[in-house]
Amino acid sequence: MKRLIFILPIIAFAGLAAFLGFGLTQDPKELPSQLIDRPLPEFALPGIADEPGGGPGLSSASFRGEPRLLNVWASWCAACPQEHPVLERIAAEGFPVYGIAWKDKPEDSRAFLARYGNPYAGMGSDFPGRTAIDLGVTGAPETFVVDRHGRVRFKQIGPISPEVWEQQIRPLMQQLRAEA
Amino acid sequence: MKRALLALALLLAAPASAVLPDEMLKDAAQEQRARAISKDLRCVVCQNQSIDDSDAPLARDLRLLVREQIALGKSDAEVRDYVVARYGNFVLLKPPVEADTLLLWAGPFAVLLLGALGLVLWRRRAPAAEAAPLTEAERAELDRLS
Repeated sequence: MKRLIFILPIIAFAGLAAFLGFGLTQDPKELPSQLIDRPLPEFALPGIADEPGGGPGLSSASFRGEPRLLNVWASWCAACPQEHPVLERIAAEGFPVYGIAWKDKPEDSRAFLARYGNPYAGMGSDFPGRTAIDLGVTGAPETFVVDRHGRVRFKQIGPISPEVWEQQIRPLMQQLRAEA
Repeated sequence: MKRALLALALLLAAPASAVLPDEMLKDAAQEQRARAISKDLRCVVCQNQSIDDSDAPLARDLRLLVREQIALGKSDAEVRDYVVARYGNFVLLKPPVEADTLLLWAGPFAVLLLGALGLVLWRRRAPAAEAAPLTEAERAELDRLS
């Protein structure tokens, strides 16, 4: 009993250390998405083409029929050029990638795509940033996996690395394709 | 004189806020409500600032959104719920008491209670038993050593 009193603080310290140690492995920048398993919020965005109205844009209603990726990016975003080759690879593997240019002037978005290539099957311009708020975006890039019923199934915060694509997102896309 | 000036400057200095004049609502009462709500909403880019304090572009967007919702006639709670529906309870600098925040709210009191309990138990055990007197052999050993 006496000994227990001396051991107790050590046990308490070990417990606290384990708890705080676990906290160090968590990234506080990554907020869990409120949208998981919920329908994509409604939006109808203009395009980024050099014409009045921006040409064909992107709307939430088009996210039906097959699983798709929705990538929120910007020409000012530092990690986006780093992610870009992965997006090109994803498109080359036959998975449709759609984009929202967030708080980005259409001419800047166009210049970015002219420089790095354009893997996107469709693009919307969210210069006012309102759609991004509806999506709960906290920074660029972020990518949503949307199933064939228009529901968000996964959210990647930060760039998609080749490892994240191969180990998490591609298996999920294949599973979603198999789903009825 | 210098000191008086310094004191005056310090008295007049108010904490800076990031709200720009072009964001403000014309109705002073509505603007005040917007400020109060913004002070309780976390900026999701620079997480330990409120959107009222933060210069981040996303914080500005959220300030404008809060004002827009107020101008639409929404109540304070409705505006808060609108933002929470998009970013979760995390955006509230003061999270609500719910099942998954119970540990956060009750934890400190639980630790305080445990401490009090320990103290009571410890006090109850006192006074400590007196040490038994030394035996003859022990006394002889003590004399030898000293």
